[in-house]
Amino acid sequence: MSLRERYPAEIEAILARYPAGEKRSAVMPLIFMAQREQGFVAGEAIDEIAQLLDISSTQVASIVGYYTLFYANAGGMHRIQICTDLPCALRGADEFAEQVCENMGVKMGETTADGHFTVEAVMCLAACDKAPMFQVQSRNGLRYYERQSADDVNELVKELCASRDGRGETVSE
Amino acid sequence: MSEFLLLRHRNQGEEDIADLDAYIRLGGFQAFKKVVTEMSSKQVIDLVKNSGLRGRGGAGFPTGMKWSFLADRFPRYVVANSDESEPGTFKDREILERNPFQFLEGLMICAYAAQANVAYNYCRGEFWMLAQELHGKVAQLHERGLLGEGIFGSDFALQIHHHLGAGAYICGEESALLESIEGKLGQPRMKPPFPADRGLYQQPTVVNNTETLANVPLIIERGADWYRSIGVAKSCGPKIMCLSGHAKNPGNYEVPLGITFRELIFGLAGGIRADRGLKAILPSGASAPILPATDAVLDTPLTYEDVPRVGSQLGSASIILLDETVDVSWAALKTTRFFKHESCGKCTPCREGTYWMDRLLERINNGRGDPADANLLGEVAKQISGKCLCPLGDFSVSAVVSGLELFRDDFVQHVRSGNQTAEKLTG
Repeated sequence: MSLRERYPAEIEAILARYPAGEKRSAVMPLIFMAQREQGFVAGEAIDEIAQLLDISSTQVASIVGYYTLFYANAGGMHRIQICTDLPCALRGADEFAEQVCENMGVKMGETTADGHFTVEAVMCLAACDKAPMFQVQSRNGLRYYERQSADDVNELVKELCASRDGRGETVSE
Repeated sequence: MSEFLLLRHRNQGEEDIADLDAYIRLGGFQAFKKVVTEMSSKQVIDLVKNSGLRGRGGAGFPTGMKWSFLADRFPRYVVANSDESEPGTFKDREILERNPFQFLEGLMICAYAAQANVAYNYCRGEFWMLAQELHGKVAQLHERGLLGEGIFGSDFALQIHHHLGAGAYICGEESALLESIEGKLGQPRMKPPFPADRGLYQQPTVVNNTETLANVPLIIERGADWYRSIGVAKSCGPKIMCLSGHAKNPGNYEVPLGITFRELIFGLAGGIRADRGLKAILPSGASAPILPATDAVLDTPLTYEDVPRVGSQLGSASIILLDETVDVSWAALKTTRFFKHESCGKCTPCREGTYWMDRLLERINNGRGDPADANLLGEVAKQISGKCLCPLGDFSVSAVVSGLELFRDDFVQHVRSGNQTAEKLTG
């Protein structure tokens, strides 16, 4: 089903935030919306967003490629994104990240065999005083987890696996 | 200073000021009402000018002056920069979480001063949950008639929209931020023209940092003289200092501008973790030169004028502490990796240079460095410095150049232990 069929009111509300004639401004919110479907933005969604905004598919794809939180390909249902930037690293983030990878049986950047989790190292998340910390990005959006231990992550992983379909509920913007 | 003006303003008791009723009960939106019903746009701009408020995002540019530069064309736009992404900065997020209405009130006053009817709050994409909450708070303001048409019976109308970034540090640079709202790649524009002339959609635009805007209602309420009485001459007002790294008690410290590094680090924050020695300070995240923890540095007041005197910048006051166990070549690698990832790719010296600095630093840190690598690293940095459109290029060499200058042994030791011919490197 197309985005237009699924979210007509939300698309209208997004477009209304920007002046008439400046529809292109809606490209990022629409990509966020499309990403709720599968966790990444596929070819068809790119084409549809391009159509909605009267720009080319290449222009939409370039935005997907440019920004870190947009994905052109499938990853784990939950992306565990650990900040390993300098302030967090000074408080043990590198060792924490290593431990999380080991516990989950993946290397940094890889996805678990069941497709549930991808573990990634990311840049500063503005939570430097609460390291080690990470965010979980999924179809549901983003959530911060601060002052974490490797055991906390094990618990969270169990919790997320147990949730309804392993994906939780979709929340609209 | 015994009160909190930014993080817990009007919250001397237990009330939750993130709740609209509590915020209003404690005097919230009186400043906004005052400007809309009693003041002209020019009066507001003059008041903010006289207060001496300077931009808290890092540049320290006088806020009132920025507002006064707006070209005489309409529509105009006002944009809040909540793209907080500098490593070591986490103050805007706390304002948005704990005192969101004071920030929104500041944004609304700014819009009135700029005679703009539409304001955008650009939040970094990682603040997704926070943006949802702010979205709800803006809806509440509409219900109360504080936003929308005919505010306080005047002919002033205002809408606030949120625009989420998606993980690009460079969008904190104001022209890149505007490109991003326009749905383009978030890359900096050539300046001039400046946003005050040609900003969002090529219209006159003010872009202000979140913390800057949170100061504005206070200035309207209590006056410019009161505001100038906090802090020191050219750096006045309260400032949130973000303390991270090896501080015993990391966190946000709201203090008057002008307290010293020593007062902040050893007085308020309890010193260094495990009572180790302090080796070095990055006063402005990854973006400004490293300072050695000498007495002269520790006794330097945290102001826009004094920190440059000892060789760095106050910036957004994202103060990262390195204790005596830290290898500065490793810290430099961390900052370089950040800038390599965040370089937007527009300027060749930054795009390629950050890549080569990262490669060289990784080689040095792995003990596989060539004796000439420290010099080569300095040379690559020199080729980036001053040759890029936006400040990111210059930022990327800060820790590298200052690190090589102050702590060269930290870089050289890796080569010495891993390579027999290391003497050449020190020469």
